[in-house]
Amino acid sequence: MQNAALKHHGEYLLEMVGISKEFPGVRALDNVQFKVRPGTVHALMGENGAGKSTLMKCLFGIYHTDSGEIYLSGKKIRFTTARQALDNGVSMVHQELNQVRQRNVMDNIWLGRYPKKGLFVDEDKMYEDTRKIFNELDIRLDPREKVEKLSVSEMQMVEIAKAVSYHSKVIVMDEPTSSLTEKEVNHLFTIIRALKEKQVSIIYISHKMEEILQISDEVTVMRDGKWIATKPAKELTTDMIISLMVGRDLTNRFPEKTNMPGETILKVEGLTATYQPSIQDVSFELRKGEILGIAGLVGSKRTDIVESLFGIRHVSSGDVYLHGKKVKNSTAEEAIRNRFALVTEERRSTGIFNILNISFNSIVANLGEYFGSTGLIDEEKCKKDTKWVIDSMSVKTPSQRTLIGSLSGGNQQKVILGRWLLTQPEILMLDEPTRGIDVGAKYEIYKLIIALASEGKGIMMISSEMPELLGITDRILVMSNGRVAGIVETRETTQEEILRLSAKYL
Amino acid sequence: MLSKVSNRLKSLTGKDAAAWAMNNAIFLVLLVLLLVIIAISPDFVSINNFRNILTQASTRIIIALGIGGLIITQGTDLSAGRMVGLAAVISASLLQAAEYPYRMYPDLPMLPIFVPILLVAAITGFFGLINGFIISKLKVTPFIATLGTMIIIYGVNSIYFDRPPYGAQPIGGLSQSYMDIAQGSINLGGFMIPFLVIYAALVTLFIWVLWNKTRFGKNIYAVGGNPEAAVVSGVNLVRTILTVYVIAGVLYGFAGALEAARVGSATNNTGNMYELDAIAACVVGGVSFSGGIGTVSGVVTGVLIFQVINYGLAFIGVNPYLQYIIKGLIIITAVAIDTRKYIKKK
Repeated sequence: MQNAALKHHGEYLLEMVGISKEFPGVRALDNVQFKVRPGTVHALMGENGAGKSTLMKCLFGIYHTDSGEIYLSGKKIRFTTARQALDNGVSMVHQELNQVRQRNVMDNIWLGRYPKKGLFVDEDKMYEDTRKIFNELDIRLDPREKVEKLSVSEMQMVEIAKAVSYHSKVIVMDEPTSSLTEKEVNHLFTIIRALKEKQVSIIYISHKMEEILQISDEVTVMRDGKWIATKPAKELTTDMIISLMVGRDLTNRFPEKTNMPGETILKVEGLTATYQPSIQDVSFELRKGEILGIAGLVGSKRTDIVESLFGIRHVSSGDVYLHGKKVKNSTAEEAIRNRFALVTEERRSTGIFNILNISFNSIVANLGEYFGSTGLIDEEKCKKDTKWVIDSMSVKTPSQRTLIGSLSGGNQQKVILGRWLLTQPEILMLDEPTRGIDVGAKYEIYKLIIALASEGKGIMMISSEMPELLGITDRILVMSNGRVAGIVETRETTQEEILRLSAKYL
Repeated sequence: MLSKVSNRLKSLTGKDAAAWAMNNAIFLVLLVLLLVIIAISPDFVSINNFRNILTQASTRIIIALGIGGLIITQGTDLSAGRMVGLAAVISASLLQAAEYPYRMYPDLPMLPIFVPILLVAAITGFFGLINGFIISKLKVTPFIATLGTMIIIYGVNSIYFDRPPYGAQPIGGLSQSYMDIAQGSINLGGFMIPFLVIYAALVTLFIWVLWNKTRFGKNIYAVGGNPEAAVVSGVNLVRTILTVYVIAGVLYGFAGALEAARVGSATNNTGNMYELDAIAACVVGGVSFSGGIGTVSGVVTGVLIFQVINYGLAFIGVNPYLQYIIKGLIIITAVAIDTRKYIKKK
């Protein structure tokens, strides 16, 4: 009897069959199937909102499915708490790392199940067990180190070690490489391969096509809450995955470039930040109507350049000239007055006012403009400008009063772009403008950026996505370890050259 | 050449000294104040004063350790002082001397001392449970939740306290054996160690073990440091928070019973604002209001700092109103300097 069950399910470690989930007004999952073989890496792909996280939340019991069944090693399961899932060998390495930063590594790994000796926690056992797992995975960290002292990739290693410590059979990794360097990604992949050897299955959620094709055995694509396809990774190409994800052939991932760089408007000379490690001796020029890409590894201090220019990072030396005239932005307020604008990297924490509406989010950087002769806010003008943001950025929203937090990432980003355009900037600095935005919406953002450059704005765009840099910029400044490693013409450069420059000062 | 080296050395030690001063700002504040007090009145340095300071600090240490635990879980407790008052009034009312003419319960036989003390600890523990329930289950922010219970507990205490035939009279005439548990001391090799100091030491030891050596202790740091991480790792958030508030309640109860015995009487205003002293002591001792950070030694040091200041300023005869101003400034200065450690420089 048991044998028959094993035989039937033997091929798959995890099976999710006919999963449906409805939220008021939305069919989030519609008869989805997802089957993972033991000891494989199974990529789960889809645009934001395709239902990947909802599916995973159903697996972990955070959501209850309306219909459908889940089998683990042929046994029907239905978790109701995260802990149950963990105890049954299903764990997740979160995108936003869920750690108690004030505590040490081993306290984090054994959190929720500290080994006891009598009444007390057995610290020695914790230490030894942690060491053992670290050795197996080739992680070189002191179990007694405080988590806040670790780098992002080290924290991630700790999360993976934690998953292993639960003897997990299935580990879900949600965007695991989003903040890792090339080298760290390689270490992660080594660990993933070691886990595969131990017959652990990895569910790998990522937007990075190249990585997925490199590490995964199978790929499942979802779209609009539906299962679209499951195929061996060997049979797929980036373009095929994208067309499965968006449901049409994206012959061109980037819009046509129509901007024409003109004369130099911004000149930066020897910019050095006060609090090191940060930027040192950064010099470059930006032309009118130009899109200057800024490339570099994580930790190469790309963000520090735009922060320094925007007056939110202390500068010890260096000069900035706008139209040949020296400008000094020591606060964001001054920077805005001097017609600089910055779309920040962390949209959630420093971009949107999550619980406020689109109108507020549109006008907030430009508030001074809305006070009439009475000294009170001019509601008509607010409405007019918010409408302009919604229309010209083609933001999809039911009304101006909609809370920005309820929009998709792409639409939020459009509102923020609109916000900064209302300040009528000459220099527009964009830090990872398409992070966490799905493929379709990315295209629209690219179109907007190129259109803005065509209008004559000088644009700086920091990005970790090489294709995007090569696709829409005119020149690329490559940062390495806080210094400018080189500035290359986009038309003439290659991915290899940029990578080589990124490592120049390491 | 030589001057260059010495300059270099100077700047290096200067920098190190600044960093050291930054990290130990709280102790430096205490030291400076202490030196000022001693300079004005050298006979401040005496075994007797030292003992008095420790004795006065004892009940406050017990209260502060209760509050410290829940601040670590991102909580706070405004009801602590009122719970101390409730415990003081109830235990005093049950432990009045048989021959005292104005007993609240004229016919009450003499109870063994531990009975009322355990009873009041149970009562305040129960109020702690209510605090924990409101915070963890009803998801009311701790400030508001305990603001509410603070007022409620004062009302409850006043109804109990202000009754015929004697009305709102301080509950005095406590039995000698009850007062002895707080006012007595033990002779240890020629030194008189007050009982209160011993209780405080025992509670400190107990809390130290609880915070550092048990699962519960690690859980309160996890819950305070990152509640979400604690939950996905299977820590029972509700139970942890309930427990930490119950323990705090029980500690306030003990402190209240001791406070009545120490003073020799109790009213419905006993313990008023003790929570603010305790919170201030925790904060000055490095317990972080954003949760996840705090040590037993820090809390105890915080209380001692305040007690030295209180006692010392009174000792040199500083105007009591001026003392308030000095204390307030010390809280702000100490925490402002301490915060510099955590500010990210950009």
